[in-house]
Amino acid sequence: MPAPAEYRLVFKHIDEPGYTNDIECYLRHGGYEQLKKAFTMKGPDIVNEVKASGLRGRGGAGFACGVKWGFIDPTKNTKPVYLICNADESEPGTFKDRQIIHKDPHQLIEGMVIACYANNVHLSYIYIRGEFPLGAKILEKAIAEAKAKNFLGKNILGSGYDLEIYVHRGAGAYICGEETGLIESLEGKRPYPRIKPPYFPAVLGLYMCPTIVNNVETLCDVKHIIAMGGANYAKIGKPNNTGTRLIGVSGDVAKPGYYEFEVGSLTLGQLINDVCGGIKNGRKLQAVIPGGSSSKVLRAGEKYKIKEKQADGSMIDKEIGLEDIPMDFDTMAAVGSMSGSGGVIVIDDSRDIVSCLANLSEFYAHESCGQCTPCREGSLWMKKITRRLADGHGRLEDVALLKSVADNIAGRTICAMGEACSWPVQSFVAKFKNEFEAKGRAGKGPAVAATNGH
Amino acid sequence: MSCKNPFNHDITPADAPLLNVQVDGQWVQLPRGLNVVEAAKRVGKFIPHYCYHPKLSISGNCRMCLIEMGTPKMGPDRKPIIGADGKPEIGWIPRPQIGCATMISEGMGIRTDSPMVQDCRKGVMEFLLINHPLDCPICDQAGECKLQEFSVEYGNEDSRFVEQKVHKPKQVDIGERIVLDDERCIMCSRCIRFSREMVNDDVLGFTQRGSHTTLAVHPGKRLDNNYSLNTVDICPVGALTSKDFRFKMRVWFLKETKSICTGCATGCNILIGSRENVVHRLTPRENELVNSEWMCDQGRLGFHYIHAEERLLQPTARVNSTTLPVAWDDAFAQIRDRIKSYKPEQIAIIGSARMTNEELFLLAELRAGLGGNAVLTDVVPRTGEADGILRSADLNPNTAGAKLFQISNDGKNLAAIKDGIESGRIKVLYALHEDPVGDAGLSEFALAKLDLLITQKLLKSHSTDIAHFSLPGASFAEKRGSMINGAGRLQRLNKAIATPGQTMDDFEILLKLRSTITGGNSLHTIEEVFKAVAASIPALSGLSLSKVGDLGVEVAPAAATVTT
Amino acid sequence: MSATCHDTQDHVELKPEFVAHADELISHYPVSKRSASLPLLHFWQETHGYISNQAVEWIAGKLGLNPIQILELVTFYPMFRQHPAGKFQIKVCRTLSCQLGGAYELREHFMKKLGITKVDEHGLGISADGKFSVEFVECLASCGTAPVIMVNDDFYEGVSHTQADELLQKYN
Ligand SMILES: Cc1cc2nc3c(=O)[nH]c(=O)nc-3n(C[C@H](O)[C@H](O)[C@H](O)COP(=O)(O)O)c2cc1C
Ligand code: SF4
Ligand code: SF4
Ligand code: SF4
Ligand code: FES
Ligand code: FES
Repeated sequence: MPAPAEYRLVFKHIDEPGYTNDIECYLRHGGYEQLKKAFTMKGPDIVNEVKASGLRGRGGAGFACGVKWGFIDPTKNTKPVYLICNADESEPGTFKDRQIIHKDPHQLIEGMVIACYANNVHLSYIYIRGEFPLGAKILEKAIAEAKAKNFLGKNILGSGYDLEIYVHRGAGAYICGEETGLIESLEGKRPYPRIKPPYFPAVLGLYMCPTIVNNVETLCDVKHIIAMGGANYAKIGKPNNTGTRLIGVSGDVAKPGYYEFEVGSLTLGQLINDVCGGIKNGRKLQAVIPGGSSSKVLRAGEKYKIKEKQADGSMIDKEIGLEDIPMDFDTMAAVGSMSGSGGVIVIDDSRDIVSCLANLSEFYAHESCGQCTPCREGSLWMKKITRRLADGHGRLEDVALLKSVADNIAGRTICAMGEACSWPVQSFVAKFKNEFEAKGRAGKGPAVAATNGH
Repeated sequence: MSCKNPFNHDITPADAPLLNVQVDGQWVQLPRGLNVVEAAKRVGKFIPHYCYHPKLSISGNCRMCLIEMGTPKMGPDRKPIIGADGKPEIGWIPRPQIGCATMISEGMGIRTDSPMVQDCRKGVMEFLLINHPLDCPICDQAGECKLQEFSVEYGNEDSRFVEQKVHKPKQVDIGERIVLDDERCIMCSRCIRFSREMVNDDVLGFTQRGSHTTLAVHPGKRLDNNYSLNTVDICPVGALTSKDFRFKMRVWFLKETKSICTGCATGCNILIGSRENVVHRLTPRENELVNSEWMCDQGRLGFHYIHAEERLLQPTARVNSTTLPVAWDDAFAQIRDRIKSYKPEQIAIIGSARMTNEELFLLAELRAGLGGNAVLTDVVPRTGEADGILRSADLNPNTAGAKLFQISNDGKNLAAIKDGIESGRIKVLYALHEDPVGDAGLSEFALAKLDLLITQKLLKSHSTDIAHFSLPGASFAEKRGSMINGAGRLQRLNKAIATPGQTMDDFEILLKLRSTITGGNSLHTIEEVFKAVAASIPALSGLSLSKVGDLGVEVAPAAATVTT
Repeated sequence: MSATCHDTQDHVELKPEFVAHADELISHYPVSKRSASLPLLHFWQETHGYISNQAVEWIAGKLGLNPIQILELVTFYPMFRQHPAGKFQIKVCRTLSCQLGGAYELREHFMKKLGITKVDEHGLGISADGKFSVEFVECLASCGTAPVIMVNDDFYEGVSHTQADELLQKYN
């Protein structure tokens, strides 16, 4: 079956010839009309629309946005409520938010103002990763433009509602994407993720006040939910997997790039083979990391048992191959991975799979904040083992050791980085056992390293 | 509570409702407000932990306290499902949770030692050890190190780590009194939280990140506050060590004696660590009503004088310009013979608010024997600035006792004593634990005018040199007795080491001097003296030293109302 | 791996405009000045090149913090430098998609061209004339156009070795 056409909602104007990132262009394309519409609604009604839309967070965890907002009841608390846009985009393989920030920043601003208005927020920040200096400038300019036109600031469009948005730049730390690490960073502290309980952002977030953290894409979706109504938005995609999804494909495909599809409308096989022109240089698929580097790897040729809902509501068991996996939250979870941040990394059969894991393990060791024992110590240990294996200094027993170290991290840490660093290890080692064992067997064993334990 | 801790996770209000909690299969009732570590502790189950400290904020970083927990299973009616044993059925959470940050709740289940929990601990222990130096034998913390202790109990047998360890700064001089070994630090952040939350001196921090995270002070800044050594106490490993105590003595050789600090009117409860009649360190001993788990550095380090070279070890008598050793009994007899001829107005006593109640009581009795209130008496007040944490503005430990026995006149008599001596009206001075010159402000010239100068103190000085009798007394570590702190709490001192040389416990000196001068003695032991004290003071009636106990008893405000 | 700041930089006089802009940045955080730590660090580094001891102390003073609280951040975030780096700082993305796209070879190419043989403990190498520095960074969120690099604030995608040579010319 050929791949369905793209469904461009958030990416509607991205790369459209003649479309620029200034407010005049945005206004010519119907910009800020949804904000005006939102102001005709009451905050809780907007929250209800978002609930009805079924929108799930696009930052990685896929948590229902309306439910998250529902935790905050501005009528019931006396503290201010804050909203933070998570523009840290640091999950390897993910490159969607960058497009919005650079090419259509007002879409994000409009979505944010609506979200802030809905949740009675008067002070909001965009936390943008430090490596997006241009993006930060573009957003600052967009904010200034929006303010000049009174889409932001005091008494927005005569509604009596005030809102300030500021851009806050990170400085090169993946952990600032984790929402409580982000909050600590924004407070000017080391971005040590907070323990939950008790520090759930919805209760004790920024400055110990209720706080909503949403991804860039999620906030853009809010604008479209207002435009079409929650119920209509929910008709896009599949039940519990509604809307569209931005997908970025990188690695060994002929046409890497970013796309937007109805959630679950196409399979992984269609994405790789039809949309992205198949594996590069006539090679074969070896593995796919389907939802950012933290998601568990899928191996070419694997079979998965899933349950599929029939039209009449009944469930049937089904066995599918990697190519047949529909790109939605629930199926990706059912095959043992996740759709995560929408970053698909494709690895062809010429690649040394052990080196691929070593690369990722190095990333996590570098990015562990070091606060809690298992991730701090384990991530570096896994990096060292995988590096040795990849460089010919492995031992056969390293394979079991690697798995055991990962098992001792996942589920025992302060934040989800524990899973993020151990899932790749667990899945690579389990699914490519022969490759790892071969490396171990052929290895010379540890040499005395010359570095200071890096 | 006299000590304002930022947190008290181990204390719940008396009226906290009781919750039904299942701990390792047993249903127990525990007050709401406890976390799992404290709840388990109350039923005798120890959950190992590093970063958690009951008096500091919870950071949850070490992951040593991981436990298995569950909540009551709910039926379709949203009510707990009751099992065959009549108790709620528990739905166990498949992921371990940290006990330090998990509050107990009604119907909760806790497993402190299940296979999952054991596996977690083993994992965490291994992680903590892979980059840790393996040189416990030369580490100063050996014997008190939680890493060593827990690794034996919860760890793996063999190391699976064949990589190179991370190297970090060693022997970093981070403060006047403290050395840091970053390679031993397990990054539990206790010291950082203590400095920030308890002392409001945020000088410690972590630099770098990940496995290279390094505890540091900012260049040019120091961990020098008056509570810095508490960080050494709470550091679970040998990363922070006291320069004063470092490598001086293996802790397992130390005998620990429960006593109190005599550095100020707070009277922090302490342990005196000694070996073979030498005091090696003082450490705080928990007393929520006084000092919680802390003490100040000044108090902690203020004990070295007891082993000073100038320590007087021998009673002496001076005849003309020669000072010679004298036997105690001879000294007492000679003092009696010489003092008899003076009228009460010609005698003055400078006592000390550093003396114990028992000593002060005996001194008051002696004074009565010498003529009572006509004998001008006072103590030397010492004031500093209260720091809002522990240290009191009153730097004497027993001002309340000195008042109670009417030895103290708040220092107001000191001038009259000085005048009296200078004008020749006062001919005899008995000064105890205060130096007439150095402490009480008399001049050497005045002292020279005295017919009879008796000093009773620890350290040699000009005054003891020229005294007609120098009676070497005992330090706080060498005696038993009681004091009343600034808050009106009666507390005990205990004897950790023997009195050195020929020195004598002050209560005994006073007892003997009194019986020699006034005749008759029915008191022999410190208990008996205390009994007599208690009998004479209504606020203390019915008390005995053993009833005072390790934590003391509140006797104010009654004690403050002085009876005759 | 020392926690110290390096005062290779002479004490800099701060211009009134600098202070005024710092105050403007602080005003973005009406709830807590401390939040302005990162913005002030960025601003200092953009203006003066790297974070000196003076910077740490000035920012701490400005925000009513203890200097260690700023040093904690400077040493945590790789973007902040305690030493001067090259005038043109080449950051090569190292992470998986870029590795697959030839990032390691690209970095090697830069190093060779610039004659850099030594790197510091963070992997930063500086050319002898101090003009260029080369380092690996983690995923720059442009994985579909690997390998990607940044030269100072400018961003380049799909960089071939020929393009790399051209960039070295361009930034000369
Ligand atoms: C280690 C780690 C890194 C993360 N990085 C990002 C990120 O770069 N961008 C993002 O939007 N969410 C990131 N997240 C997820 C956030 O914690 C949070 O769930 C998300 O911002 C919520 O927004 P959403 O509900 O709109 O998805 C990360 C999570 C973890 C554990
Ligand atoms: S899991 Fe890793 S990143 Fe998260 S708090 Fe612990 S050490 Fe930091
Ligand atoms: S020095 Fe000790 S108390 Fe401080 S963080 Fe390290 S291990 Fe914990
Ligand atoms: S506060 Fe007073 S009693 Fe407590 S340790 Fe310090 S000097 Fe001793
Ligand atoms: S004691 Fe609970 S995590 Fe450290
Ligand atoms: S891996 Fe290089 S940009 Fe993502």
